[in-house]
Amino acid sequence: MTTVITAILILFCLAVVFGVILGYASVRFRVEGNPIVDQIDSLLPQTQCGQCGYPGCRPYAEAIANGEAINKCPPGGQSTIEALADLLDVEAVPLDAEHGEEQVKKVAFIREDECIGCTKCIQACPVDAILGAAKQMHTVIVDECTGCDLCVEPCPVDCIDMIPVETTITNWKWPSPTESSSLIATDRGRGAEQQEAH
Amino acid sequence: MGKVFAFHGGVHPPENKKQSTRTPIAHAPLPKMLYIPLQQHIGIAANPVVNVGDRVLKGQLIAEPVGRISASLHAPTSGIVRSIGPHPVPHASGLESDCITLETDGQDEWIEHQGLQDYTRLEPSVLIEHIRQCGIAGMGGAGFPTDVKLHLGDDHIVNTLIINAAECEPYITADDMLMRERAADILSGIRIISHLLRPSHIMIGIEDNKPQAIHALEAVLKGCELNIDIRVVPTKYPSGGERQLIQLLTGLEVPSGRIPADIGIVCQNVGTATAIHRAVHFGEPLISRIVTVTGDAVAKPQNFEALIGTPFADLLEAANLYEGRLFRLVMGGPMMGVTIAHDQIPVIKTTNCIIAASDEEMPQAPPEQPCIRCNMCEQVCPVTLLPQQLYWFSKGREFDKARNHNLFDCIECGACAYVCPSSIPLVQYYRFAKSEIRTEEAEQRKADHARQRFEARQARLEREQAEKEARRKARAEEAARAQQSRKSTEADKAQADPCNTAPAASAAPDLKQLKTAAAVARTKLKKARDALKNAEDKGLDGIDALRVTLTDLEQKSEEAEQAFKAAEQAEAAAAAEKGVDLKQLKIDAAMARAAVTKLERALTKTEDEQARREMETELVEARKKSDALNQSLSEHSPA
Repeated sequence: MTTVITAILILFCLAVVFGVILGYASVRFRVEGNPIVDQIDSLLPQTQCGQCGYPGCRPYAEAIANGEAINKCPPGGQSTIEALADLLDVEAVPLDAEHGEEQVKKVAFIREDECIGCTKCIQACPVDAILGAAKQMHTVIVDECTGCDLCVEPCPVDCIDMIPVETTITNWKWPSPTESSSLIATDRGRGAEQQEAH
Repeated sequence: MGKVFAFHGGVHPPENKKQSTRTPIAHAPLPKMLYIPLQQHIGIAANPVVNVGDRVLKGQLIAEPVGRISASLHAPTSGIVRSIGPHPVPHASGLESDCITLETDGQDEWIEHQGLQDYTRLEPSVLIEHIRQCGIAGMGGAGFPTDVKLHLGDDHIVNTLIINAAECEPYITADDMLMRERAADILSGIRIISHLLRPSHIMIGIEDNKPQAIHALEAVLKGCELNIDIRVVPTKYPSGGERQLIQLLTGLEVPSGRIPADIGIVCQNVGTATAIHRAVHFGEPLISRIVTVTGDAVAKPQNFEALIGTPFADLLEAANLYEGRLFRLVMGGPMMGVTIAHDQIPVIKTTNCIIAASDEEMPQAPPEQPCIRCNMCEQVCPVTLLPQQLYWFSKGREFDKARNHNLFDCIECGACAYVCPSSIPLVQYYRFAKSEIRTEEAEQRKADHARQRFEARQARLEREQAEKEARRKARAEEAARAQQSRKSTEADKAQADPCNTAPAASAAPDLKQLKTAAAVARTKLKKARDALKNAEDKGLDGIDALRVTLTDLEQKSEEAEQAFKAAEQAEAAAAAEKGVDLKQLKIDAAMARAAVTKLERALTKTEDEQARREMETELVEARKKSDALNQSLSEHSPA
């Protein structure tokens, strides 16, 4: 009988001790907000374009943390989807075409002599990349533009173009070497014959 | 001669250096056109300071450095600036970049220039600024602005200066010939560098396949006051790599991600030393360099002293190119150089070699075959990396892993690809992976920046909103207080003077008010009509009463409309008298234009017949309006 009581007492004490430790830890090491949202947000391209259906990158990151699909970000493209899949340990899926297609990087350009100075694009720009004032000509700060295209629609005189970023020697990338390793050099002729036979 | 250490790996490709050392350095004939790229160095491209059509003299500054790491450019000969714009440049991409095009006038007229009297008496910073003004950038291949390296003595303890004369890559003999013919100039340059950096020990690292150059150097070093050692290293590629040469001469390894100055060593190329000598003693900027033109497809392989900006075609012609035998044109050496497609590409400060190779000499690369994990690449890697692992990671786009395997320590020497039995273009894979990682990093930086700006904007908007709200509240309170006090005063006044209550009559009819009145009348009329129709349809009573109201309303609406129109006309007349507001007109015209385009777009999209017809009529009207506005705009705008 005493052994049973001792066992129960020991277990009870242990439970109290761990309960206290856990209770203390939950107060002491409390994390404000959801840290996964920050991690997701840091992977998104921050164009704030809203093509995903959310009003910015952070809201979409929050939605992803709550189970939203990860393939709704056209500016990020497949590489962002893969990074997100990696982070969240889910399957990488192809980009959802409903929200737009992956396009070459673009920046906005204002045809300045047509600008009437209405400031509508300035209000639309999520990163303050358009400079100007009421009744003054506006212009885009190219280095700050994320190419989100949100300024195009509000312009009453249609003077904003989205121009693809040109490849220069400073942003040129080495191409991947051509993939021909699947063939054995001496097999090339034979492979061709077989293909023709089929 | 001191002890020479060793580095891991390395290869012994055929040297092919003898062809181009048979004749002394020749002066390349003056080309008709010089193309001087604005970006010839590591760092920010120079900014042109001449205009198209200007005549410039030899040695005149034509582009100035931008920022700390940059180099200035000078006219290599006298002539006229023909254009400043894109031209093919020596770059692996084959893309065009901005160049200053100079048409030479054949007079080769120098601008006034002179060397420094006694550089040892000058402040080091003044001397370095003079070298910077002369546009000197490392001539060994990387093109790092030399003045930045000469400043290293300010914040590092430099105890060893290494002069790189190894020139380990096959075919290239530019430094070899320079040492044979201008050893005294090199020594003079070393003196200046040594004066600036004050190293305790100077070493010249040279491969043992250049006996004549070694002799020449030894001859000028006799009786030299400096503590200079010539260290002859065994011929092995890539002993001329900066870090490899440091390891050979000192046995020290430069830690990953650090620079040699962190372990007290600074490296300079012999070509750079000569350029510094000419800049300091004669005031001549860097406007020419020695270029090896070699390969089976030229009849007279040799070294030329070529002006910066000389197109390759001119040098090839001077070396008697066999057009038919030329299979590929390589810029740089066969190990690290790149094949180029265009022979109008100019010589720049880092161009040390042009190889015009025949088909047998440098055949098309055999097809890539699967990696058999033979480990030969690992055995030759001078940086002791694991090339095949890097290859797998690069190919599988696992860039993080590649980076963790120290991809960025790879010097792209090509030794691994040289020995690979499966002829895998390994270096290309590494270059691809490196540029992917760099782009990703740049994008990440940009994204972080965009997020910061977005959050700042968001915070600002919220703050503005809050301020607005606060102001509104304050105003409301103010108004309430004012009303309160007015009421009480009015009550007082009413008590004091009960007859003075008539408010002042409003002034002339306000256009805006009239417009609102007309609109209100219109709306009322419409509502009355609807009610009447409804009543008629359903046969309700009181139709007559409604009819009376309707006629009454019609009259009222008419009156309001007329009053508004009259007022508007009066206003318009007044405006016309004042002169047409050009800006307003412009805006109207632009809006009308935009409306037309929008309608046109909508029209192409709609399929409904009726909607289409309506839209067409609308479009016609919009066009008319736009035309009219445009016309009046062109009438009123100053010619």
